[in-house]
Amino acid sequence: MKQLSLAGLAALLCLRLCAAAPTDIAGAIKVIRAVGPEGRGNADASAAWKTLAVADAGHLTALLTAMDGTEELVANWFRAAVDTIVSRELGASKKLPVDELVKFVADTQHNPRARRLAFELVARIEPATAEKMLAGMLDDPSLELRRDAVHRVIADAVGVAVAGRKPEAIQRYQQALRAGRDVDQIQEVAKSLRDLGESVDLPKLFGFLTQWKVIGPFDNTEGKGFAAVLPPEKEVNLAAEYDGKSGKVRWANHTTPHELGMVDINPLCGQLKGVVAYGYTEFNADKARPAELRLGTKNAWKVWLNGKLLFDREEYHRGMQMDQYRLAVQLQPGRNTILVKACQNELVEKWTVEWQFQLRVCDHLGTAILPAAAR
Amino acid sequence: MTRTILSLIVVAFAAAHLLAADWPQFRGPHGNGVSDEADLPATLDAAKSIAWAADLPGRGLSSPVIIGDRVFVTSSSGPQQDRLHVFCFNAKDGSKRWERQFWATGRTMTQSKTCVAAPTPVSDGRRLFVLFSSNDLFCLDLDGNLLWLRGLTRDYPNASNSLGLASSPVIVGETLIVQIENDSESFAAGLDAATGVNRWKLDRPRDTAWSTPAVFKDKSGRLTVALQSKPGVTGVLPADGQVVWSYENGNAIPSLTAGDGVLYVPSRFFIALQPDASSATPKELWRTTSLGGGTSSALLLGDRVFIVSGAGKLTCGKTVDGERLWSLQLKGPFSSSPVAAGEKLCVVNEKGLVSIVDVSKPQGEILSQLDLGQTILCTPAIANGALYIRSDGKLWKLVKP
Repeated sequence: MKQLSLAGLAALLCLRLCAAAPTDIAGAIKVIRAVGPEGRGNADASAAWKTLAVADAGHLTALLTAMDGTEELVANWFRAAVDTIVSRELGASKKLPVDELVKFVADTQHNPRARRLAFELVARIEPATAEKMLAGMLDDPSLELRRDAVHRVIADAVGVAVAGRKPEAIQRYQQALRAGRDVDQIQEVAKSLRDLGESVDLPKLFGFLTQWKVIGPFDNTEGKGFAAVLPPEKEVNLAAEYDGKSGKVRWANHTTPHELGMVDINPLCGQLKGVVAYGYTEFNADKARPAELRLGTKNAWKVWLNGKLLFDREEYHRGMQMDQYRLAVQLQPGRNTILVKACQNELVEKWTVEWQFQLRVCDHLGTAILPAAAR
Repeated sequence: MTRTILSLIVVAFAAAHLLAADWPQFRGPHGNGVSDEADLPATLDAAKSIAWAADLPGRGLSSPVIIGDRVFVTSSSGPQQDRLHVFCFNAKDGSKRWERQFWATGRTMTQSKTCVAAPTPVSDGRRLFVLFSSNDLFCLDLDGNLLWLRGLTRDYPNASNSLGLASSPVIVGETLIVQIENDSESFAAGLDAATGVNRWKLDRPRDTAWSTPAVFKDKSGRLTVALQSKPGVTGVLPADGQVVWSYENGNAIPSLTAGDGVLYVPSRFFIALQPDASSATPKELWRTTSLGGGTSSALLLGDRVFIVSGAGKLTCGKTVDGERLWSLQLKGPFSSSPVAAGEKLCVVNEKGLVSIVDVSKPQGEILSQLDLGQTILCTPAIANGALYIRSDGKLWKLVKP
């Protein structure tokens, strides 16, 4: 009785606090798409989600379509509804609309994540259909679908190589290299091609910027250099000379030979601690276009494009990987200036020695965007 | 006034849904590693003790959470570790009751030993709150229905740690508390458990930390949440995040342990603190270096505290003064924390060796061991007389043979 009373009170409370849920799918989708930062709209979305979750399988493609043009945070609301519906329908031995899902996957204008989800649903019901679809997905805008398609080609290449058909193996590996966008796949294929005597230009393939002007060291004692507006941030004057941490500093040319475009500052400035250096380069774009600058570094950093600060991060020596930070930008036609600030802290442990960064220019899929002159 | 009454009703309703045998969060119902149950299996046998083993995808070192007959666990998968999984298994037979997947919206980079599914979920008996290292936070009901979600890196773009985050959320009434500590944008926040909207947000020291908050009643009976990082420990009120005391010694990795109004801080020393409402500085009861320490968090069992070092030395000390009572060398290395029911303590080393130790014996005694044969970094869970342990690829239920 006591539990019943509590449950009743809670239900009343829920009625009082919960927003009125839209009863139609389109209305519920609209509410969820309106979710904003810091949980704004969550209460309404939570109520609307219930409407979606009880829909039948005939609404799956509507929910997948609802992810178009949304960020992944919003897409997750719809994904949870799709998972819930699928689980319930399959549990009740009902059928999913496979033909509709296949059509959805085939339409590359849809959200890549949603298409991958639809593909996985197809694969659960009709694995052979899904497998057949993969053959045409080497250039797919869904990186997950593309990865699986590339994997098939790599597997094929391995088999051909084992059979001793070297020219065919090289042809397939090169096909995989052109299509691949995931770093691990590209590195795997590059190694295989090199083992077969072929050359691979990884910096170009990834779009790493390898030619830089570097200046430093400036002072970063107690980490104060990170916030300090040092001369290169006020004006990039490649002929100028400034007061550095321990004397005059000036810009020097540096071309990195590193396969993944690493700009190692230690050999250029001396293996120092409590210092700041800047890297400057220019990127000649053939047209105005959206792009990404992708940075990897263990050091605290700031990046500017055409004088505009894109992002900064004051984290030292917590790890590094390629494409660690993805900065969405708009390139202007012609000359674009890129300035990187790389800060080194004062710790003396072995694992704090590295003072370096790598930066590449690519599209949102990771396809290299090469400077106009290099095309 | 009406709001206060309604809030009290909600808290009472939530409490009514937790059973004594549940394991609703990291290190159990009290966050001290101890179950409210009386016993653990004394003998483990490979043929008879494994009631079931369920397959898991990808990576994961979060602990299982058990509510009634449901076992919840998280994983992350995919080449970028950006597929986030929440599973619910039937405790009885290990069959999958449901699975939900989400896409990570925050950074998924971690140090190789840890992974995106590092924080342990927390439940109030009605809802499951799931946090990942990518700062994606989900609230689901126990049937897997989504109630709300947040992308904390979306809201606070520099709040990430390239080594990975691991602090688990805690729930106090209708406030969910998360501690997101890193070099660049550290904060703790109290979120409305019903909607996920911030009730409060508190800047925290900019330093890496993986410690889970401790919820406890201080000497004056005030419910407090203790937030720990390397620079120290801070007491805040769960409802509004008001800082009520602070203390300048802490640790980034092992979590705090609390009991009987005393907070045990695993800093360079092992320290017993007694915060109360009359002072902004907790009273230090004692400190010692004789109990050792490591990655794992201390377990509090009655008037004794137990600590496992990274190399596997299990040390028992007195809570009254920190005096070391005994040590027992186990096979290490250890990352996970010990758990206990009654006088039996369970520890799992990184190689997957599960040990049951009888701590009623004067020097402690290993009763039984079982090699699960996989890397295990998670802290076990105890519910309904069974142990639940997970590796990256498996979730086991261990029972009395």
